[in-house]
Amino acid sequence: MANLGPAYYSPYPTATYEGNITPPEGKALLLEEIVDEETAMREVAKQMLTRENATIFPGPQVLYAWNEEAQKKAKLIKEMAEVLGAKMIPMYDYRPKYPKIDAAVEINPNHPNLTIWHNDIKAAIFIGVHCHYANVALKIVRSETDCYTVGMCALSGHEDAMATIRDQHSEDLEKFIAIAKEVKAELGK
Amino acid sequence: MSKITDMTATHNWSGQKLVSADYMLFEAPRTKHFMTGSEVLKEAVKRATVDASVSYPITPQSEAAHLIGELWAEGYVGVYFRGENEFGVMSEVAGCSMAGARTITTTSGPGTLRAMENFAQWSGTRASMQLVLMARGINSPLTIQPDNLEVQYLLETGCMIWYAENVQELFDMSLAAFAVAEQPDVHVPIITAVDGFFVSHTREAVMLPEDDIALFPYNPYKAPLPPIDSEMPPGRFLRDPFVMKSNYISYATHASWQWEIRSAVERSKPYARHYLKGLVHVTGTEDAEIAFITCGTASHQAKEANRELEKLGVKTKVLKLRTIRPFPTDEIIEALKGVKYVFVPEFNVVGWLSNEVKSALYGKLDMDIHAGPRVAGGMSMPAEAIIKEVMEKINPGKGA
Repeated sequence: MANLGPAYYSPYPTATYEGNITPPEGKALLLEEIVDEETAMREVAKQMLTRENATIFPGPQVLYAWNEEAQKKAKLIKEMAEVLGAKMIPMYDYRPKYPKIDAAVEINPNHPNLTIWHNDIKAAIFIGVHCHYANVALKIVRSETDCYTVGMCALSGHEDAMATIRDQHSEDLEKFIAIAKEVKAELGK
Repeated sequence: MSKITDMTATHNWSGQKLVSADYMLFEAPRTKHFMTGSEVLKEAVKRATVDASVSYPITPQSEAAHLIGELWAEGYVGVYFRGENEFGVMSEVAGCSMAGARTITTTSGPGTLRAMENFAQWSGTRASMQLVLMARGINSPLTIQPDNLEVQYLLETGCMIWYAENVQELFDMSLAAFAVAEQPDVHVPIITAVDGFFVSHTREAVMLPEDDIALFPYNPYKAPLPPIDSEMPPGRFLRDPFVMKSNYISYATHASWQWEIRSAVERSKPYARHYLKGLVHVTGTEDAEIAFITCGTASHQAKEANRELEKLGVKTKVLKLRTIRPFPTDEIIEALKGVKYVFVPEFNVVGWLSNEVKSALYGKLDMDIHAGPRVAGGMSMPAEAIIKEVMEKINPGKGA
């Protein structure tokens, strides 16, 4: 993640314009620092366990049973939410919601800040969201809210999230859940 | 005729063995051939497992499009058809690419401008098609000679733009282009430019891998947007767009969307560094105080000037830019350490590359940036023209 603030004339900060891009294979990105995946997982777990109203935003790639991996992941995300004590608010559709979104029950990539404001969410994981929509949403969230954002990506990651972990498949989610349990115990929760 | 057989895990529909871009570009044994740029583009497409190509026959600029048609007839390209005009071609390329097909087309000059609306739309859809631009200028009276003025118009479309100097680079670059443009975190269109005629029509020695291998097919399920299908119709996000509403959310989303496109182009840098072996190639004397910043065939002329100037005791170096979008600012700054004079030789009347260089270096380096020499409309740029400008600059009033 780049420094908070506008990027040229855009109201939205854009990490790539401050020299931050997706992490290389096998690594993760915490703010502006490239770190080991496990280090990032521990920090993500800590943020999700200690910030108010932590929420997971699952996207279409894990909401719909379009392949076996998606089904596996969906079950693991449910377990992840239980371990982290996090709510789940789905991003099931990418079309903007007019005239008004029901911010209590869904989030939309074109105005994600509305859901975060409505629910006073201070930490969130985006998972299973197509990369372009995740990136559009993350730029808006970073500028408009004080929510700590995490991109758990099956592909290359998201530098506009405050923490991004790439190449996350079901076995990696299992690893994250195990780490989250450890961190939870360390925090005495 | 097309698709001789079914795609398998190891072979494509024409029976070619599937290989990685790394193997194709860096490891596969090569043999020497003698080909034009148009012919070598056919050879690249032949080895790229291309799903679709759309063309508008823009003869006499380049025969590349009809050579790709021959590939379809031979069974190497999945789908090939002729568009109604250049606008139609680029729209149809968008359709193919958004549907999940590895797609390529080629155009030049006025056709590029006729299709112009599409290029910004391409990048907005995060599709990964390739346009091979054989630049020929856009001026009136009509020219079919080498001139790269149209690149100026493409700079801010949100597409990546790479520039090849010669036939060999065109072959390698047009294969590397697919490898980079299809990375999930990049995934924007790529324009592979060469100077028309100088490259498209000139026969050069070129090293090619055997044609029994081809790149692995494109996987649209790694795209950053869902590919279109029966439930995801073309232009769903264009049909229900936030841009059609007038409120803060609509404006804000559109702003974020556009920055995301530019971010995607920036993310291509590490991949391009790998496949192109650097965004900038530097030749000449390392501690020279004079540098040429060039792209395309102007690089060749600058290198010739570099050799002649060395004989006169004037040390120079040549920075050949492989990528224009993303613009390799950091690499240029690194290569210009100790340089006092920069010259930007170009084949166009407006000097778009010198404008790019000045804009990128403004406030970062203190040196004299000379926007030239420039030729246009198909004129050649002999090394003597470059040498003359250098000598007049460093030896004012005393001539070359």
